Amino acid sequence: MQHKHSFLVALAVFALSSFVSAGDVSGTVKFDGTAPHMKPIDMAKEPVCQKEHNPPVAIQAVVPGPNNTLDNVLVYVSKGLPAGKTYPTPGQPVTFDQHGCMYNPHVTALMVNQDFHVTNSDPVAHNIHPLAKVNKEWNKSQPPGSAPIDAKFDKPEITIPIKCNIHPWMRGYLAVFDHPYFAVSDADGKFTIKGLPAGHYTITAWQESWGEQTAEIDVPASGAKTLDLTFKARPVY
Amino acid sequence: MRECRLLTILMLFLLTVPVAAFASPADPDQPTTKPDTSSVKVGHQGVTSDYYVPNSTHPLWKGAGLPIEKASAKIGNLTGDAVKGRNHYRRYCIGCHGPLGNGEGENAQWIDPKPRDFTEGTFRCRSTPTGELPTDQDLFNTIGRGFVTTNMPSWFAINDQDKVDLIAYIKIFSAKWNNPQRAAPIQIPPETPITVESIQRGHDDFEKMQCFKCHGQQGHGDGPSASTLTNSKDQPIRPYDFSAGDRFKCGSTNADIYRDFMTGLDGSPMPSFADQLKPDEAWDLVHYLRTLMVHVDSPERKIMIENHLQFKNEDSGQ
Repeated sequence: MQHKHSFLVALAVFALSSFVSAGDVSGTVKFDGTAPHMKPIDMAKEPVCQKEHNPPVAIQAVVPGPNNTLDNVLVYVSKGLPAGKTYPTPGQPVTFDQHGCMYNPHVTALMVNQDFHVTNSDPVAHNIHPLAKVNKEWNKSQPPGSAPIDAKFDKPEITIPIKCNIHPWMRGYLAVFDHPYFAVSDADGKFTIKGLPAGHYTITAWQESWGEQTAEIDVPASGAKTLDLTFKARPVY
Repeated sequence: MRECRLLTILMLFLLTVPVAAFASPADPDQPTTKPDTSSVKVGHQGVTSDYYVPNSTHPLWKGAGLPIEKASAKIGNLTGDAVKGRNHYRRYCIGCHGPLGNGEGENAQWIDPKPRDFTEGTFRCRSTPTGELPTDQDLFNTIGRGFVTTNMPSWFAINDQDKVDLIAYIKIFSAKWNNPQRAAPIQIPPETPITVESIQRGHDDFEKMQCFKCHGQQGHGDGPSASTLTNSKDQPIRPYDFSAGDRFKCGSTNADIYRDFMTGLDGSPMPSFADQLKPDEAWDLVHYLRTLMVHVDSPERKIMIENHLQFKNEDSGQ
């Protein structure tokens, strides 16, 4: 009798797990060591933007959060997805705003052919110039008060630096994926890659100054997986 | 006996010299049959220096783009042959653009701005929208025109067929040429009349588009951002000084100037304004830009002087 029960329970768990076969991979990106000093940006050439930041904002080559956590880290599945599988393009646009002569967000991740929606909320002109190598390298002006620019990237490319030639301190990064399993860490270093099917994967974390970290994970058939990634702090020049 | 031996050696030597001279296969005008093997001697005027074939095992050597048999170009009834183009390239272009087409020829270190890196597939002077490859005609015009204020001369001495061959050849360098789809050139509607009002509206566009950020209020290329401009390879670059002369890199007619800011000069900081300016506004801007060319006689300049036009620049940010 006991045996029969446990068998039924096992069967139920198996049946359930085949329905809930995707898990969220979440965790925190941290760094070991002391955060390098980031110089404040001198926006004297653009007084309108200078007024926006008091005290002056620092360059974003490394953005540490509380307790040695790390902001703006791109975390994505780099290996382990079935070859040849295609994923639908999200209908939602990814927004990208220029405010106070800074990019918001600093690191933008999107899917191939997803709408990249660029707005300028500054009273000054910017030019949006993604320095793509695989995709098209385009360069468009966006003077104050002009309509949003909608663009698409038709090939996966990790990563594309994006700059404004008018304001040399403006620098951001774009990452274009052919799958939806990526995330960018928030101000507390937290990230969540949603709905990853069960299996074995290589996860790569990319930080613009400190390069890449990889981790091998097994996403279980049921539920979530926690993954913390740690970068070694190095000076940034 | 000893003399006899010496004589024999001398005679043997005299005999072999002319044979060796005739046996020399160097013929500069004939394309070598197997140019892609590392042992082959390819050269200009019979020079068989290693420089011309520096390292044929380099991964970029055969280019990342179209295979040389498939690369072609078409201008009117001329069809480009990339294999012939390779010989012209090695004769005229290799010194600056380099054997790998990456702009790292032996002269490149002395040149500023740097020679074009063909492996990037990014070109300044196009009739196509920003981010797109140029048309064959664009490249043809560029080779013939040269780039004023750079080391790229006007290649008027190369005949049209050779230019088309060259255009075919440079398509082997960048993977961007592998995509057979090409964007169509932008439409340039007929020029609007040159009037006082048009010049004034053009001035307003200049302010609204904030062209002065780089080009300066008087178009002298001295705007607040001018000193920090860099191209796509992070090399310093100067904005155009409209008072410097009458030549532009991508052609000097009014339609050329129109095309410059509507397509953007890819690879440089100059963006495209196609989303921002309507055709009429763009022509107005062209008419205003002409007035900034203070040393060049033009209908626009004449109207400006005759009507004593002056522009106030309050919002300069300078």
